[in-house]
This record gives sequence, C-alpha cells and structure tokens, in this order.
Amino acid sequence: MIEVHGLGKRYGDVAAVQDVSFRCEPGTVTGFLGPNGAGKSTTLRMVCGLTPPTTGTTAVCGVPYRRIANPGRHVGVLLDASAMHPGRSGRETLALTARVLGVDTARADELLGRVGLPAKAAGRRVRGYSLGMRQRLGIAQALVGDPGVLILDEPANGLDPEGIFWMRTLLREFADRGGTVLLSSHLLREVEAVADRIVVIAGGRIAAQGDARELLAGTDGTRVRAADPAALGAALAAEGITGAPDTTGAFTVAADAAAVGRAAAAHGVALLELRPAADGGLEALFLSLTARDTALETAS
Amino acid sequence: MSTLTAPRAAVTEAPPAPGLARLTEVELRKMTDTRSGRWLLALVAVTAVVMMPVMIFAAPPEERTFANMVSAAQLGGALLLPVVGILSVTSEWSQRTALTTFALVPNRHRVLVAKLLAGALLGTAFTVVSLGVAALGRAVAGLLGRTGGGWTIPPQVLAGTVFLAIVGVVSGLAFGALLTNAPLAITLSFVLPVVLTTLTETVRRLREPLGWIDVTRALAPLETTGVTAGEWARAATSLAVWVALPLAAGFYRLARREIT
Repeated sequence: MIEVHGLGKRYGDVAAVQDVSFRCEPGTVTGFLGPNGAGKSTTLRMVCGLTPPTTGTTAVCGVPYRRIANPGRHVGVLLDASAMHPGRSGRETLALTARVLGVDTARADELLGRVGLPAKAAGRRVRGYSLGMRQRLGIAQALVGDPGVLILDEPANGLDPEGIFWMRTLLREFADRGGTVLLSSHLLREVEAVADRIVVIAGGRIAAQGDARELLAGTDGTRVRAADPAALGAALAAEGITGAPDTTGAFTVAADAAAVGRAAAAHGVALLELRPAADGGLEALFLSLTARDTALETAS
Repeated sequence: MSTLTAPRAAVTEAPPAPGLARLTEVELRKMTDTRSGRWLLALVAVTAVVMMPVMIFAAPPEERTFANMVSAAQLGGALLLPVVGILSVTSEWSQRTALTTFALVPNRHRVLVAKLLAGALLGTAFTVVSLGVAALGRAVAGLLGRTGGGWTIPPQVLAGTVFLAIVGVVSGLAFGALLTNAPLAITLSFVLPVVLTTLTETVRRLREPLGWIDVTRALAPLETTGVTAGEWARAATSLAVWVALPLAAGFYRLARREIT
C-alpha cells in the first residue's frame, strides 16, 4: 500500500511537483505516467524519503517510508538503474544489498538467475553492463528483501522487447500474489499493457487518474466494417443505429460493439472489423501532453 | 482500530534495522571490493614494502631501528588512507549509489557512523600490516648486518601510530562528507596542510599561533614518547579544526540534503 497526499516540491521559484495525491492498493499495478521532466522521479524520491517534500505526506505500508525499520524488507526500490558502482560486479552489488537487509546471500545468487543474469555476466563488473542488464540487476536488487511493495522508476528503459515482456510478466505475477506495484514511464504503451490503474502527471500536477481500462476505453463510438457495406448499413438502420460509411466502407457509429455485433448477426452480415472507433481520451490527453513537452523542448 | 495499527507497529519494528556491526562490515567491504579501492590499498602496502630497502640501505645506520621502520612503512598509508576515506563518501554521490544506500538505510547518520568505524578498522589493519612489514625489514637488515638498531617500539609510540592511521581515514571521511566532491576534497586535504606548514616556516610571526592548527606539526609529537601537555593541547585543537568540525558539518549536511 502506497499513499500520497497533497505532495508538493518547490525548488526556489520552480514548483516541480504540486498537490499530487494518489493511492496504490495491494494486488494492483499502478502506472505513473508522464512526459520527461513531469515530476515523476521527484515524486518517487519523496515517497522513498530521499527528497524532503515541501508540502504533503506520503506513506508506504501505513507509515512514512523513513520510519520503516528495515525498508528493503517491505519495499523494493529501483529509482535509477544507472546509479550503480561501475567497479563492482553484479553479484557483489547484490550481495551487499543482501547483507544490509540481513537476508541470505544465497538468495542473491538465486535472484540473478531469475532476472536473467547468468553467472558469467553476474561476475563481470557493472561498468560493462548494458542499460538493460542494469535494469535486470536493479530489479533483482529490489526483490532481494522479498518485499510486498515495488517502486520502480522507468524500469523498462533500455530493455529489449523480450525484456519488456519479461518485466510485465514479473510485475503482473507480483501484483497477482497480492503485491503493490508503482512503476513510472514516459511511454503509454509500456504502462497500458500491465497497469490496473494509471496516474498521469504533467507539469508537476496530476492530469488524470483512474482505472486503466476505463481511461483507455473508447469513448468515441464503434468502428465496424463488412464485406458488403450496403447490407451492413441496412442492418444497422434496421436496429436503429445510425451512421454513414466512409470511403473504405467502414461505419463509425454511436453504439457499443455488442449492439453493433448483435445487429450484424441478426441480419446475417459477415463483419471484417469491429472495434472502438479510436483509442480513449487518455491517449489523446497523453499525446497532447507529450506534444506540448516536445514543442517546448524544440522551442528552447 | 487494532487491525489498522497492528501492521503499522510491525513495519516500524520488524524485521529490525541492520545493526551497526553489520553496516560497518558492509562499508568495509565497499571500501575494498572495487578495483579503484583495491589499487589504493595495494599501493599503500607496496609503499610499505618499498620503504624497507630504502631504510636498510639509505638511512643512517643508527636510524635502522624497528620503530623507525614502522614509521617508514606508514608513509604510504599516511598519504593514501585519507583518499580511501574521501572516496568512501564521495563515490556514493559520484556513482549515485547513495540512492540505494539511503533507500535501504533511511537513518543517514548511521551509514556515516558505519563508514567511520570501517575507516578506523582499516587504519588499524593497515598499521598491523606495517608492523609485519617493518619486522621483516628489521630482520633482513639484521641478517645483512646492516643494523644495530633495537627491536623495541614504545607502547605510546605504537598507540600514536595506530591513532594517526585512524585519524588519516577519518579526516578523509570528514572532508568527503563535508565537500561530497572527490577532486575538491582530495586537493584540499593535500594542499591545505602544506600551505599551513609553508606559512609557519616562512612567516615567523605566524609560527606560534598556527602551531595550533597546523595539523602536520601538531600531530607529529604523537608518534614519539613523552608528549607534553602543551603538545596534547595543540594536537587536540588541530584535530578539532581538521576532523571534528568538518565531520560535524558533514553530518549536518547529509541529514538535510536531497539524495538524487
């Protein structure tokens, strides 16, 4: 369980984070989404007691993070996979964490295998690791204490498609066992595949939050296409669904997919396509946030 | 409300926070498990060994005593152990391992205390190595018939030697904690004492007042027998200025700064 309430951080005149509130429940994956520089990392550092907030409170497992006696045993934290000593081997990095947490170092070796770092790679110094390998090592480090909560900042950065799939599966299973996951990303696609809840932050403020399916669900109607557009048009009209075909013969109608499907079936029309007309408002919102962000970067 | 308060009590108490002994062991391991750390320590040991033939063949015969050989073997450590201390703190910032270190141990002062204890252990261990190297040096010198010097080392001198080795690492840690920047901390910890010594040697009027802060001069008597009250006072004052003050400021800074 993670609770963030009215969190804010000012650096001089700049408000990096303002009035951010959200909750992460056990058994769920929360995607913390926002363009680069939106305040995601600052928020996560405040949750982990590394950055003192200007306003607001945070709690992990019911108490402020820094009051947890041995936080690594309750909360797995990966804030920056590149923040590892390059002169240490992966195995040594993990063994040190295991010693601090007071867990068996044998568990560290077992985890190396689980995150896909073979013994040979684990014995090499981190200097020679790719970002993807550092992410895997960072995940192992976060898991050493067998925590119930995971807080991960951009964990998919630098992972290849196979690695991203592995990460999603790992986080899904972790949440399905009752764990709480909070992961940040600047890519909607990365988050939508795994998150139950989504919190969107932009310019330091919450722009949207809620159930991922609801946020991502289509709100602009249903797109339907048949081999015979005329027959489909007649079938839709007969069921009281109005709409005109576009140049490809596809209809965009203000009805849900179930009603459209029933109408087509009732009139024996074979469908080629039946789906939400467009991605939901979140996509549009996120694109506009990212676009503005990119525009600002280009301008400056 | 007991169902709500019970888990809260649990996470603030169990599993318990790592003890100071465990953290000291971890910090000692962090000082010695990187390639740069090992090079530094190897250099310290090599310097001790290299100083032995220098003593046997170049020093005046009456100075080829065990005690002088111990002192010579300490030379590399006196120069490089402060660097080990500095890097122990500054690498947390330059390599950004502080993110992990202080996420795992939110009580930041505990980490710094563990580093101090680890530094003290390292300084002591290094003196033990020096004693071994010096014993070998004195034995070889005896076999070669190149010494009539004694085998004894007065307990006060031994204690002073261990103390100075520890002060070396601890002052490095203090500079590192205060400045959190390795190049700056290393430069200042080398340059400032030299500047002070040069000043006291060139400006006659400054010789007496600066004797209280010139760490090189103030600490030198500790490696001899019969330290006077005045010498103790000067040593204590210079340690307060060079170690205690920066350390206190470092503790203060660490507690308040943002870790990124």
